[in-house]
Amino acid sequence: MDWINQLLRKVPTWLVYIVGLIPVPLFLYLAQTGGLGREPIKALEHELGELALKLIIVGLAITPLRKFVGLNLIKFRRSIGVLAFTYVALHLLVWLVLDVGILSQIWADILKRPYITIGMVGFVVMIPLAVTSNNWSVKRLGGKWRRLHQLTYVAAALGGLHFIMIAKGIQLEPLIYMAVILSLLAYRLPMFARKPARQ
Amino acid sequence: MANRWTNTLSQSDVTPEAAFLNRRQLIAGAAAGFGLAGVAGVSNAQEALTPNSWEDITQYNNFYEFGTGKTDPAEYAGALTTTPWTVEIDGMVKNPGKYDIDDIKAAMTIEERIYRFRCVEAWSMVVPWNGFELADLLEVAGVQEGAKYVAFETLYRPEEMPGQRFQSLDWPYVEGLRLDEAMNPLTLMATGIYGKDLPNQNGAPLRLVVPWKYGFKSIKSIVKITITDKEPPTSWNKANAREYGFYSNVNPNVSHPRWSQASERMIGGGLFAKRVPTLMFNGYEDEVASMYEGMDLSKQI
Repeated sequence: MDWINQLLRKVPTWLVYIVGLIPVPLFLYLAQTGGLGREPIKALEHELGELALKLIIVGLAITPLRKFVGLNLIKFRRSIGVLAFTYVALHLLVWLVLDVGILSQIWADILKRPYITIGMVGFVVMIPLAVTSNNWSVKRLGGKWRRLHQLTYVAAALGGLHFIMIAKGIQLEPLIYMAVILSLLAYRLPMFARKPARQ
Repeated sequence: MANRWTNTLSQSDVTPEAAFLNRRQLIAGAAAGFGLAGVAGVSNAQEALTPNSWEDITQYNNFYEFGTGKTDPAEYAGALTTTPWTVEIDGMVKNPGKYDIDDIKAAMTIEERIYRFRCVEAWSMVVPWNGFELADLLEVAGVQEGAKYVAFETLYRPEEMPGQRFQSLDWPYVEGLRLDEAMNPLTLMATGIYGKDLPNQNGAPLRLVVPWKYGFKSIKSIVKITITDKEPPTSWNKANAREYGFYSNVNPNVSHPRWSQASERMIGGGLFAKRVPTLMFNGYEDEVASMYEGMDLSKQI
C-alpha cells in the first residue's frame, strides 16, 4: 500500500479536477448526437445526478478506505467533494433550464413534489460545504469546520432518497446506491469507531 | 364495425416512413369550412399529427418485462418468440377459446390509426399504429349480457423476458377497461407500426392502444382477454394505488402525486425540446368525455 500512496502523492489535485470535468463536454456531445438515447434531457439529468451521487460516495469512502485498507486519498477529498457539488449544480441547472423551463412550474414543483423538495434541500445543504472547501475556511472555522462538513452525511442520505423517490415503482439501482450510502454512514456511528490509522 | 374513426387527415395507403416524416399535415379545412376564425373549435387531436420516427418509437420504451431502462426493451426483447402465439378469450363470452394470432388478424380489418401516446411519466409521442378495433374482436367473441369489464393479461415467460425474474411488478402484467371503453371506436388492438409488424419491444404480436389514457394502460404482448362483471385488477394500481388508478385518463388538472401532469415533453425534439401543455383526454375529449360524465375524475383516477 505504501508504494501506491507514494505514487498518489505525486498526482496534482488540478488533474483530478480536469479528469473529473471531462464528463461535462462528453455528456453534452452525447446528448446532441443521440448517444443519450431518444430523450436526452432526462437522460442528461440522470447521468449528472448519478455521477454526483457516485462522487459523494467516493468522498465518503475515503476515510474508511484509509482506516481499513491503508489507502490514503485524503489529498483528493476536497476536489472530489467540489466536483460532486458541481455535478449536483449542473443536474439542477438542466432541470431548471432544459427540463421544466417554466418558472411558475419550477416553484410549484419544489413546494409540492416531495422528491424535488428533498433534492433541493440536499443541494442547499451542499452550498456551505462547497463555499468552505478552501484552506482559509478551515483556518477560520477551526473545529467548527469539521462539524459543518458532517452535513455531507445529510446530503448523501437526501441524494439517495431523492433517487429512490423518483423511480417508478421498485427499481434495483436506487436501492443499491442507498445501501452503499447507508453502510458508509453507518461506519460513522460511534459503535463502529476504530483505532486511529497507523501514521 | 371497423373504420369508425379516422384522422381527419389520414393516409389511407401505407406509406414509407420517409414520406410520413416529410409530409407536413396542415390543419384541415374544418375550421375554414365552419367559418371559425380562431382554432378554438378544432380538436387538437386532429391538428398536425406528425408521427415520431421509427427510432423514437422502437428505441424508447417502458416494458419492464425486459428491464426498467428505456433502452432495455430494444436491447433485450430480441429474445422473445412471438410465433406461435395464441390469445385465450374467456369469461362472459359466447365463444370462448384459444385463438391463433394469424387467424385473428385474417378475420379483422386492419387499418391505420395515427394516435398521440402519452406516458404517465409526462413524455409523449405520435405513433402510426396498424390494428383493428377491439370492438370487432369482442363481437366475434360474443359478449354476454351482464358483462361490464374487459381484462387483459400479458405473456409470462421469464426465460425470454429477463425483467420478469425481478419483482419490479407483480407478473404477469394485467390491465382492464370498462366495457364501454373497450367498445369505443378509438380502442385499438395494434398489430403493427408504420405498416410493419409490431417490433417485440412495442408489444409484439398484439397490444392494446387506448390513446386517451396514460400509456401503461395500453398493455403489450397480450395472451389472454377475459370478459367479466367485476372491475379487474391492473398492475400499476396493484403496485401503487395512490399513484395509478383504474381509469388513468390523461388529465392535466390532476397531478400525479410526485409530478405535475399539466405538461409533457414530446420525444424527438432533442436537448432543447420544449414542453407542451397536456390536453384533456390527450386531445380525444370529443370522442371519450361522454363516458365519464358525472364522475369525479380527481377521485377516480
